[in-house]
Amino acid sequence: MSIITTKNLEKIYNESIVPVHAINNISLSFEKGEFTAIVGPSGCGKTTLLNLLGGLDKPTSGEVFIDGINLTEFSSNKIINFRLRNIGFVFQAYNLIPVLTAKENVEFIMELQGIPKQKREERVVHLLEQVGLKERMNNRPGELSGGQQQRVAVARALASKPKFVLADEPTANLDSTSTGNLLDIMLKLNEMENTTFIFATHDSRVMKRARRIITLDDGKVVQDENIKQNMKKQVNPADEN
Amino acid sequence: MLFSIAWKNVWRNKLRSLIVILSISLGLLGGLFYLAFANGMVQHQIDATIKTQISNIQLHNPKYMLDNEVKYTISSPDSIINKIEEIKGVRGVTSRIKSTAMVSSAITGAGITIIGINPVKEKNVTNLYKKIIEGTYLIPGKKYQIFIGQKLADKLKVKVRSKIVIAALDMSGNIIYGAFRIVGIFKTESTNFDLSNVFVLKNDLRKLIGFPAKQTTEIAVLLNDNNQTNYVANKIKKIFSKAISEKKYEVETWVEIQPALKLINEMFIQYSMIFLIIILVALSFGIVNTMLMAIMERVRELGMLMAIGMSKMKIFLMIMLETIFLSITGGAAGLFISWIAITITHKTGIDLSVVSEGLNALGYSSFVHPMLGLTYYILIGSLVIVTAITSSVLPARKALKLNPAEAVRQNV
Ligand SMILES: Nc1ncnc2c1ncn2[C@@H]1O[C@H](COP(=O)(O)OP(=O)(O)OP(=O)(O)O)[C@@H](O)[C@H]1O
Ligand SMILES: [Mg+2]
Repeated sequence: MSIITTKNLEKIYNESIVPVHAINNISLSFEKGEFTAIVGPSGCGKTTLLNLLGGLDKPTSGEVFIDGINLTEFSSNKIINFRLRNIGFVFQAYNLIPVLTAKENVEFIMELQGIPKQKREERVVHLLEQVGLKERMNNRPGELSGGQQQRVAVARALASKPKFVLADEPTANLDSTSTGNLLDIMLKLNEMENTTFIFATHDSRVMKRARRIITLDDGKVVQDENIKQNMKKQVNPADEN
Repeated sequence: MLFSIAWKNVWRNKLRSLIVILSISLGLLGGLFYLAFANGMVQHQIDATIKTQISNIQLHNPKYMLDNEVKYTISSPDSIINKIEEIKGVRGVTSRIKSTAMVSSAITGAGITIIGINPVKEKNVTNLYKKIIEGTYLIPGKKYQIFIGQKLADKLKVKVRSKIVIAALDMSGNIIYGAFRIVGIFKTESTNFDLSNVFVLKNDLRKLIGFPAKQTTEIAVLLNDNNQTNYVANKIKKIFSKAISEKKYEVETWVEIQPALKLINEMFIQYSMIFLIIILVALSFGIVNTMLMAIMERVRELGMLMAIGMSKMKIFLMIMLETIFLSITGGAAGLFISWIAITITHKTGIDLSVVSEGLNALGYSSFVHPMLGLTYYILIGSLVIVTAITSSVLPARKALKLNPAEAVRQNV
């Protein structure tokens, strides 16, 4: 069964004089373990689609099902709790709480989930190790590079053991080395732990490594292709740079 | 963790937080110092009035209280005094004969109250003997001495050793005259008191107006601690309950003797509290404004927190805590610096001699020792907490209105 399914999803912004049809009748499904990029020109509706998938916004019509649960029926309080337990987020920026260290940032989400201290400690160290930041775990975001911050954000997104991770332009502020690094980590997590990642991006470096690319234009899906990636390319990032 | 995040968030913008804390501190310093100053002045006035003039408790014939006539007396004062002296907390007891009279010098005359005292016992009750600016206190056994206030001496244009004449009514209502020689001149903090009271030996006055033996007009009781006034007054009432019910005498505390004193005290405190509350309200606007600013700057971050699953309740609480921490830090700092300022000025005193003439006319000392009881610190501390909580609601509610979709939509 798909973990995410959308049915005739529509989002119309009525805030300006001319209503904007940001998402126009999208029906899609995402499987467990996907590594998918949503691409398309600026303003085509990528962010809007991710927001609807993550329950940050309500569709004008249509439905979003996550593991068969209809997200559109939740109250705003319930949906926050649902996100906490089921969805990981990585944003372009402002991912971390600036007053907390890397370790505390990752731990924070588990604390919200009510995971006991002992377990949190173990998992935090493990996660930061996976993103290669164990040594920097006591640094605050301000003391980390942009790429390192994004890696902490990935660790944080995974800390809650979500069903999938939504990432909106996670590499937009990064140089190519950091981008490669971040992608390696996410791919590794995807392959080893079968973590589902869905990106919105216009970064060709991200597209190159995605296994499925959904192209949007004007709020509609214009292309949805599965790509057989060359495994060697994915494992060895040195070729990329 | 919420507490620790909130506390750390307070210090994200150090300068801004410090400015708020400083303004709260200074506001409180102003308010508290004013309160302590007023309180010090009033308490000093009460203390001085009790010590130099009225004592804590007085006993009179109930009729004397109505029209101050010398014929309304208390019988066997000595046995009453003996009994009162045994009560715990009583420092001194004395009896006085009081009569209204006229005093005249070669120049002019004035209406006064003449008070016949036993100087030895009187020293245990009033501290008038410490207020001598010229000459001496009444000397036991020496006849026809009189002890008068400076203001009266000025008015009569007399000095120590001058002779003045007292005209009073005797027990049967005839006018009698007596000549007295000034032995000393006193000056208290109340010019009014100095102008209208003269002191002579009890026996001299007794002889002059034919006051009966084993009688007195007034018994005054000084206590070690003014806070015990009601307690001791009730004890006295109990001991003499029979005589009191027979209306032989009446027990009154300083509050009943000079209700204005207590009233002024309460008024001062009330005004100061209103002043303080106004300061706190003004400060709360500053706090709210600062917090709203802090939230506007953190729209993205708060949106992100909602996106990753921090509940509205927790975000509300976090912003509330930030506001409360900020205000309470300022409040604590304010209370502390106020305490220091009050403690120091209480020791050194504040000299107001520039304006002292006016103050003395009102019965105030020209030297003020600001002071504030612990209860006020606690009260104001609680007011700060209330202010903090009320100021925190608006910013916290504002934070809740944010839309988590914003966070994802931000392009740096
Ligand atoms: N709050 C809003 N009110 C009105 N219109 C909006 C709002 N948010 C987005 N839109 C519009 O909806 C459309 C889709 O926006 P969206 O942000 O999803 O695009 P995007 O593909 O993420 O673009 P980008 O690549 O620039 O991030 C755009 O035309 C945008 O102007
Ligand atoms: Mg976008």
